[in-house]
Amino acid sequence: MQVHKYDVVIVGAGGAGMRAAIESGQRARTAVLTKLYPTRSHTGAAQGGMCAALANVEEDNWEWHTFDTVKGGDYLVDQDAAEVMAKEAIEAVLDLEKMGLPFNRTPEGRIDQRRFGGHTRDHGKAPVRRSCYAADRTGHMILQTLYQNCVKHNVEFYNEYYVLDLLMVDQEVTVDGETRIEKRAAGVVSYDLASGELHIFQAKSIVFASGGVGKVYKTTSNAHTLTGDGMGIAFRRGIPLEDMEFFQFHPTGLAGLGILLSEAARGEGAILRNSEGERFMERYAPTIKDLAPRDIVARSMANEVREGRGAGPNKDYVLLDLTHLEPAHIDAKLPDITEFARTYLGVEPYTEPVPVFPTAHYAMGGIPTNIKAEVLADNDTVVPGLYAAGEVACVSVHGSNRLGTNSLLDINVFGKRAGIAAAEYALTADFVEIPENPTAETEELLDRARSSEGGERVALIRKELQDIMDANVQVFRTEETLLEALSVIDSLEERYTRITVQDKGKRFNLDLLEAVELGFLLDMAKVMTAAALHRKESRGGHFREDFPERDDENFMTHSMAYKDPSAVRTSGVRLETKPVIFTRYQPMERKY
Amino acid sequence: MEKEPASKVELAPGVGGGGEIPTFDITLKVRRYNPEVSDDAHWDEWQLTMYGTDRVLDALHKVKWEHDGTVSFRRSCAHGVCGSDAMRINGRNRLACKTLLKDLDTSKPILVEPIKGLPVEKDLIVDMEPFFQSYREIMPFLISKGHEPTKERLQSSEERERYDDTTKCILCAACTSSCPVFWTDGQYFGPAAIVNAHRFIFDSRDDAGDMRLEILNDKEGVWRCRTTFNCSEACPRGIQVTKAISEVKQAILTRKV
Repeated sequence: MQVHKYDVVIVGAGGAGMRAAIESGQRARTAVLTKLYPTRSHTGAAQGGMCAALANVEEDNWEWHTFDTVKGGDYLVDQDAAEVMAKEAIEAVLDLEKMGLPFNRTPEGRIDQRRFGGHTRDHGKAPVRRSCYAADRTGHMILQTLYQNCVKHNVEFYNEYYVLDLLMVDQEVTVDGETRIEKRAAGVVSYDLASGELHIFQAKSIVFASGGVGKVYKTTSNAHTLTGDGMGIAFRRGIPLEDMEFFQFHPTGLAGLGILLSEAARGEGAILRNSEGERFMERYAPTIKDLAPRDIVARSMANEVREGRGAGPNKDYVLLDLTHLEPAHIDAKLPDITEFARTYLGVEPYTEPVPVFPTAHYAMGGIPTNIKAEVLADNDTVVPGLYAAGEVACVSVHGSNRLGTNSLLDINVFGKRAGIAAAEYALTADFVEIPENPTAETEELLDRARSSEGGERVALIRKELQDIMDANVQVFRTEETLLEALSVIDSLEERYTRITVQDKGKRFNLDLLEAVELGFLLDMAKVMTAAALHRKESRGGHFREDFPERDDENFMTHSMAYKDPSAVRTSGVRLETKPVIFTRYQPMERKY
Repeated sequence: MEKEPASKVELAPGVGGGGEIPTFDITLKVRRYNPEVSDDAHWDEWQLTMYGTDRVLDALHKVKWEHDGTVSFRRSCAHGVCGSDAMRINGRNRLACKTLLKDLDTSKPILVEPIKGLPVEKDLIVDMEPFFQSYREIMPFLISKGHEPTKERLQSSEERERYDDTTKCILCAACTSSCPVFWTDGQYFGPAAIVNAHRFIFDSRDDAGDMRLEILNDKEGVWRCRTTFNCSEACPRGIQVTKAISEVKQAILTRKV
């Protein structure tokens, strides 16, 4: 077993991880550990754009952007964080342009901007053109540009190193004469996929930037590799997870497949229709219609289908209509997504509407952090040297529903902040001693998966998990569906102890990898469902049919889920709350 | 440009397609190699029942998840943007997640092999390091001299269009590993590295075009290209790779971009 020592270790090489690495790598000795080659990360699948109030094409300012973000998140957003993000958005876009990102341009040669759901002029008066973009492959261009700049700055990558554990120790500290126990991070344990060997990385600072958990669902825009590893590792080590009941369903996934068709399509003028040819969003959001935030559009679509106005032979999807747009305009602004429709469904978007239905897309919740990207061990205790940014984190800028483009913004703003903070901390701090037997638990986890001969198949358990999550923890939820989901997850977890991994080798054992990933998926599904059960109200992406109203009196709080075997009714997940930070906006009814 | 679309339209009957998704049977043959077990490669085959919208990746998953967990391949996004699953399918380099089974001749076995010219690690997994090494050598990042502007650099839509095609590259290696020159000479930079050099050489904001042209004027550079067009045919992103290489050749000769 090898031990490596770095000032800063970054876990994950998507947008947040590489943005952090560019900052950290120039200040301190940094390594990036990543399950995938960096350019495979799912940031590359983001399409529509990254909002910033550049005001290049019409009047705009960061305060409007802050307001939209807060209202879009149904007031569960921490307003200090939203303000930081909207303000620093401008610099974040300019940083990327200077790094070489090929944004689309205005006739004057400035960065062009377009409309996106929930982004409005003057507090909701009309849609505003705020999203900076590169055709419909903005995420691809961000991922490539950040990787290019990592190459430029000689960032050290450990590719296909799968991090499986976070080494935490309890340390006694004395502050103002008072002695207390403080959690400290000492390093991570990673598994080298090529060789099957474990490597320990000791580091003064550790940044988690490992992305989301979309694969708990069957119909999802997420990559196969998005299995909630980072969230799972933190949760198992006693770090709470914040707001995990809020999962975003993107309105326009290709029906039956879940492949994403960017909201930019609607930003460029496409609209949704039901089986009667009706533009139904006029009924649900009379002012901004098809450009309402994603939770509202997704719910409206699901409602159309439930009320029998779905299109297609099984009446189980609605239609995205681009046929009134000029083909040349579509080719210039939306080339990739129209090709997806042609390749995967055989539909020609110039002349036919495209079958779409909501697809599981984005975790609003995650590892709690403050605006410095420092991880919190509870409502306000920082874990020194531990950071998180991007989808794995919850800072919380998305509240109960993220606005489109704000994730590409989040990874850039808070990735940069995490990289700088991690490096600065590392330059002043000492290494924390690695605990004894640092790989014992990881080895046990791997040995159990490799040696068990119970005959249960990983793929089958995963499929049953995804089926129950799609059926019971999707756009609409009730106590009944959630309790049923929890009991199914419990039984799947029991079967998980009896899996058989067929591949017994060390070299690229991706069979074993999938077994380990399933363990994280089961944990995260449990946390998401328990948190959804706990929140007896409807807000943003979380809609409880048995509690259909927002309830500010009882639930204007973040949820904090802790691993706790004594919480029997909720499958070992204990729920607590954390106050929302308000600065300038008081909650109002959310209408569009 | 914008006119408000109608609130209600008459939809054509059967709009959106769909209907019963037909199933069909295929034979999938996968080239297997695992040096932990044997130094020799061999073929394994499976009979599978698949659906109308299934891709080669779905067939590989069906094998891995239901029949043989040891079959190894990389994949991630599963819709053609991450570049993990380039492989040789019936002798052509393609992404498994973008190749619909119904578009192949299913009356014959479907042959799946690792991409050529890079060392095979296990089954369909190859060592990508030599590929990324060539990429890094062409300095794939913007280099600009002079003062950094306060706001963004200006670039006209025409200037932006000049290198648009080569920004689409996802570094999947389908092009480079389809090139007969690369198969016989692993030192050759290969199409992907040249495509990524092109992306900066023709970017009006970049000032290091001359340096990159000098690198590609090397004996292992663009002049090894024999214009066989394999790379353009292989590119899953539709990049006109051979055209990009010709433009770089031209720029070296005229020292003008």
